[in-house]
Amino acid sequence: MTTDTTELTTSVRERRALFRSDATQKLLAFAGLIALFVVFSLASPNFFKFDNIIGILLATAVNGVLALGVTFIIVTAGIDLSVGTVMTLSAVMSGVFVTFWGLPIPLGILAGLATGALAGFVNGIAISKMKIPPFIATLGMMMMAKGLALVISGAKPIYFNDTPAFRQMAMGSLIGRVIPGFEVPNAVFILFGAAIIANLILTKTVLGRYTVALGSNEEATRLSGVNVDAWKTAVYALGGAFSGLGGVLMAARLNSAQPALGAGYELDAIAAVVIGGTSLSGGEGTILGTVIGAFIISVLTNGLRILSVPQEWQMVVTGAIVILAVYADIIRRRNQ
Amino acid sequence: MTAKRWLTGFVVILAAIALLAACGGGGAAPAEEAAPVEEAAPAEEVAPAEEAAPAEEAAEEAAPAEEEAAPTEAPAEEAAPEEAAETPYIPVISKGFQHQFWQAVKAGSEQAAADLGVEITFEGPESESQVDKQLEMVQAALAKNPSALCIAALDSKALIPLLEEADAAGIPVIGFDSGVDSDILVTTAATDNIAAAGMAADKMAELIGGEGQVAVIVHDQTSRTGIDRRDGFLNRMAEAYPDIEIVDVQYGGGDHLRSTDLAKAIIQAHPDLKGFFGANEGSIIGVLNAVTELGRDDLVVIGYDSGKQQLDAIRSGLEAGAITQNPVGIGYKCVEAAVMAINGEPLDKVIDTGFFWYDATNIDSEEIQPLLYE
Repeated sequence: MTTDTTELTTSVRERRALFRSDATQKLLAFAGLIALFVVFSLASPNFFKFDNIIGILLATAVNGVLALGVTFIIVTAGIDLSVGTVMTLSAVMSGVFVTFWGLPIPLGILAGLATGALAGFVNGIAISKMKIPPFIATLGMMMMAKGLALVISGAKPIYFNDTPAFRQMAMGSLIGRVIPGFEVPNAVFILFGAAIIANLILTKTVLGRYTVALGSNEEATRLSGVNVDAWKTAVYALGGAFSGLGGVLMAARLNSAQPALGAGYELDAIAAVVIGGTSLSGGEGTILGTVIGAFIISVLTNGLRILSVPQEWQMVVTGAIVILAVYADIIRRRNQ
Repeated sequence: MTAKRWLTGFVVILAAIALLAACGGGGAAPAEEAAPVEEAAPAEEVAPAEEAAPAEEAAEEAAPAEEEAAPTEAPAEEAAPEEAAETPYIPVISKGFQHQFWQAVKAGSEQAAADLGVEITFEGPESESQVDKQLEMVQAALAKNPSALCIAALDSKALIPLLEEADAAGIPVIGFDSGVDSDILVTTAATDNIAAAGMAADKMAELIGGEGQVAVIVHDQTSRTGIDRRDGFLNRMAEAYPDIEIVDVQYGGGDHLRSTDLAKAIIQAHPDLKGFFGANEGSIIGVLNAVTELGRDDLVVIGYDSGKQQLDAIRSGLEAGAITQNPVGIGYKCVEAAVMAINGEPLDKVIDTGFFWYDATNIDSEEIQPLLYE
């Protein structure tokens, strides 16, 4: 996809062509999602039920939000391995604010988001100013965040028992009050809200445009007078803020900040982004694709569990799907 | 440009140090606070055991105990080199350090170290699959030429060559939590997990009326405790309760969030489910979350170990009850056994640290309360 672009305008034109091809990929991913729904619904009467669909939506919330942040970073041709443990660190900081210090819940949520953004900012500085490859910089952050989460929490979970509103924020259902019986937890709407915001940032703002430009051709972007380092740092900070949101959602759902969780969550998030058609070589990717990718993973996991498929095989199937999705993407590009 | 870059680097490092310093201060405080509480509780129970110890041991203990008493405020690093010659050093290598269970084991072993006047270090790999990391820890510990070694093996075979080396060097090796497939171990202080999970099966059968569907979530399918608890539960059900059907056994890696989604899917898949067994703390909390989120408090839920969420659920009646091991006792007994081995006292091959059923009726009893952790 990376042609020799010397001017930003070419990259914009390229992007337009790209959107058309993205549409195919999204269609493919969406068709895959529908196909999974149909197969599982036929295979088990217990799959297509209101409660189970809510279960799938809820199971997607944390991974989906993490994947939104990772999308931005992968579009710049970077990678973020620290999302899982930064999520945990953010959850712990929310716990410190709300439970240890007794501060109001909105401040606790803000603390979670800010912790994520700060960790992302440090990643960004390490990558753009110190020229450390993203893989290494975020690997370092992954370990640091894990350690800090354990140190700050004293290696013990922090509970939100004194502040039931914290859990209600994600697990309560505002819409259930408006439409009785339609008890969809707020976390699901938080995911969709975050996705809409992410989409606006990626498609309608300068930050979004530079995110794509950085991934398409960083050198050309630099030559056209863009402060590449600053924008890259901003992208990592934004990605970190989404990890922070993921941490807040996880803490709310578990009613506790569990300092030992988080390892491996980055890989699920990256898988969701890749299934959604975002290229690891950067320069292209859509939020809708990522959301669909995250849902494909949840539907697959849920459906295989409903069918009582042994867990060992669930992993094999999920892995195969990731490879197939990327292969489909490669075929599509070759045919372009 | 270069100056700016250096400046940025400097600021980042400074920030990191400041952060570390702040966190270090915060982390140290609770540890100091916690110490007296830990010492206070089990000390009384333990007293008879100490009295029973032979006179030679008591004499040996007396000297280091005095030394220890004085410099409690002084940093441990300063005291260590001076005492190294006299105070026996026992590295305790566990399967992990960040789960509450291991923290309780750690508290027990530190208590024993304080009571018996030995120096210990407590460490373990980050996750219970890191057999290789544990191997390195054992290697490093043996390099320090310890008086004895306490080990909770992640893999029942992988460590044997290293432990043979230790044995050849005259270092007694004590197992705790799970043993190894070899008779190098002087003794093993552990819970009989098969019997304990069998007891959970009996309670489950009793509470659901001897028939119906039951599902199980286990932390993993490879560790000794995972295998023993799963098989202990399933085998007891198969031999004693033919009318109970185990509809599903799944593995959540002890991860609360993953176990939650796992348990939800299982409950959805089996609308007639009557009971659910979670084989460790992470698993059972997943089951409890699933039951809460789906509003299925009619399910009979039985768990393992403790933790604040589980204790709350048992008090509120959401969870019927759980099996608890004696984590503090496991930690205490292994260090105690190590000291006895150093002194050449005879030890049984197995130290059963026991397990108990607890529910809303006895959760606050004197027998159960000391075994639980939040």
